[in-house]
Amino acid sequence: MSDAIESNVAQRAGGRVSVGGSSFALGPGFKALFYKECLRFWKVAFQTIVAPVVTTLLYLLIFSHVLESNVKVYDGRVAYTAFLIPGLVMMAVLQNAFANSSSSLIQSKMMRSIIFVLLPPITSFELFCAYVFGAMVRGLAVGLGVWLITFPFVGAAAAVPQHPLWVIGFAAGGSAILGTLGLIAGIWSEKFDHLAVFQNFIIMPLTFLSGVFYSIHSLPAFWQGLSHFNPFFYMIDGFRYGFFGIADVSPWRSLAVVGFFVVALSAIALRMLATGYKLRQ
Amino acid sequence: MRLLESLVVNSNRSRDTAVEVVDVCKSFPKVRALDHVSLRVEQGEFFALLGPNGAGKTTLISILAGLTRADSGSAKIMGFDTVSRYREARSNLGVVPQELVFDPFFTVRETLALQAKYYGVVGADAWIDEILHHLDLTGKANTNMRALSGGMKRRVLVGQALVHKPPVIVLDEPTAGVDVELRQNLWTFIKRLNGEGHTIILTTHYLEEAEALCNRVAMLKGGRIVALDTTANLLRGMSGITVQVSADAVPPRWQARGSVQASGAFGFTLSGYPELETLLSAYREANIVVREMKLGEADLEQAFLKLTSRESSAAEAA
Repeated sequence: MSDAIESNVAQRAGGRVSVGGSSFALGPGFKALFYKECLRFWKVAFQTIVAPVVTTLLYLLIFSHVLESNVKVYDGRVAYTAFLIPGLVMMAVLQNAFANSSSSLIQSKMMRSIIFVLLPPITSFELFCAYVFGAMVRGLAVGLGVWLITFPFVGAAAAVPQHPLWVIGFAAGGSAILGTLGLIAGIWSEKFDHLAVFQNFIIMPLTFLSGVFYSIHSLPAFWQGLSHFNPFFYMIDGFRYGFFGIADVSPWRSLAVVGFFVVALSAIALRMLATGYKLRQ
Repeated sequence: MRLLESLVVNSNRSRDTAVEVVDVCKSFPKVRALDHVSLRVEQGEFFALLGPNGAGKTTLISILAGLTRADSGSAKIMGFDTVSRYREARSNLGVVPQELVFDPFFTVRETLALQAKYYGVVGADAWIDEILHHLDLTGKANTNMRALSGGMKRRVLVGQALVHKPPVIVLDEPTAGVDVELRQNLWTFIKRLNGEGHTIILTTHYLEEAEALCNRVAMLKGGRIVALDTTANLLRGMSGITVQVSADAVPPRWQARGSVQASGAFGFTLSGYPELETLLSAYREANIVVREMKLGEADLEQAFLKLTSRESSAAEAA
């Protein structure tokens, strides 16, 4: 048994351990931290998965009941409830991806248990991937739950996307962006108050003003123009295109915006991790 | 036990360097935590890092562990620089932090298993069982960390530091909050690890522990090393005895050398037993009745106080 462990720890020579691998390889440290991030939210699944699904369902019940007969979207080619569902699914994906990485970081920083991932030989790239992939898994799990539970409202035929690859691409890209933003927020925040600033003054307004509940074509020209500066709009619009083949802007343009933010935010997060910003003194 | 057999990391006890710190400086806003600190710990040593609060012990440990970056100087673990070869350096190091930290989501076993996986240790169940056994935590293996007492959490921290079998183990105040019996068990375990070749670096406020366990001692004060020697040499430098005398007064010739202790007795530091006879003669000549007398030999605590107070005096004089 011990020999088996010994051979897996690393190569030992003269009593010392040597480690191989490049800075961009994903080694055992990544796998362990990714597993821990998933296990962490799975242990409190009622709070992290079931509760957001139920909350999103309430949005659907209220908005579809009140607005179904009063709001026309895409010139009436799509029923309002059917239009609403992809927006709500994506909103759930984005909010929960952000919540996962940000809460994991801030909790472990506040409780000082962050030391357990800072002491081992885990690279900053591995740390980045583990936290972001963990956030993506939770965001996508909640999104999947919301999507499945909305079937009875529009029927399976209307709920199934016309272009699944666009749906998967934007869900992955959106959750990666918000998972990365959560990582940045978690590293930057020194207390829960700081994180609340991110959540209440950035994530929530940008989500609600991104076209989850409406098509931006129904807005006055000024607000319509302003919406084009909201990256969340592109995530939701592109995701919705995957369902209906209709969108406010070209899905390729949305994909380019999502791609840009994935790269830009990843670069910032990796830089923070590599320099030990607010993690190592 | 198989545990100890499997813990053999360097049975030939070669005298290669386990930890090397060269001219390390570290400042925080308003405080210079480390001021040109250099020291070397050989493989297999049981080394004590002593000093009052704020001396820089934890900062030095944090630099070794990669949690803090030195402003200048370098630190190596088993020959690996803690910055340029940080992955190798961290793989060779296990740290028991001073703070009682834990992840509230997991059980004791999950905590140890996760920590093992962070270091790339797979198939560690039997190994974890052995650690749990030696730390008297077998019965709590499936208990959530939140439900453990402070002493148990401390022992889990020790387990986490050992789970990847590091050749160098740093224990930062490992027995704080641990009751006497468990403290003894812990030291027995750590001593056996040291006997098997692990290098142990210890900080503690219990100086008698350092005296009993450690071969060499570094004393830090104000971020500087004020003493770095073998425990035996430090104690040798403290030749003499201490005497506490319970009596109504101090003989006139001895008043300058006596100090009132917390117990109310008068304390004297003497050069040796011949001077004790001189002291007692003085009491007889002065017709002062000695009700009780306690003798003590020089210990690490006295050496520590002497060295740190000498350093303070030097600093004031400068």
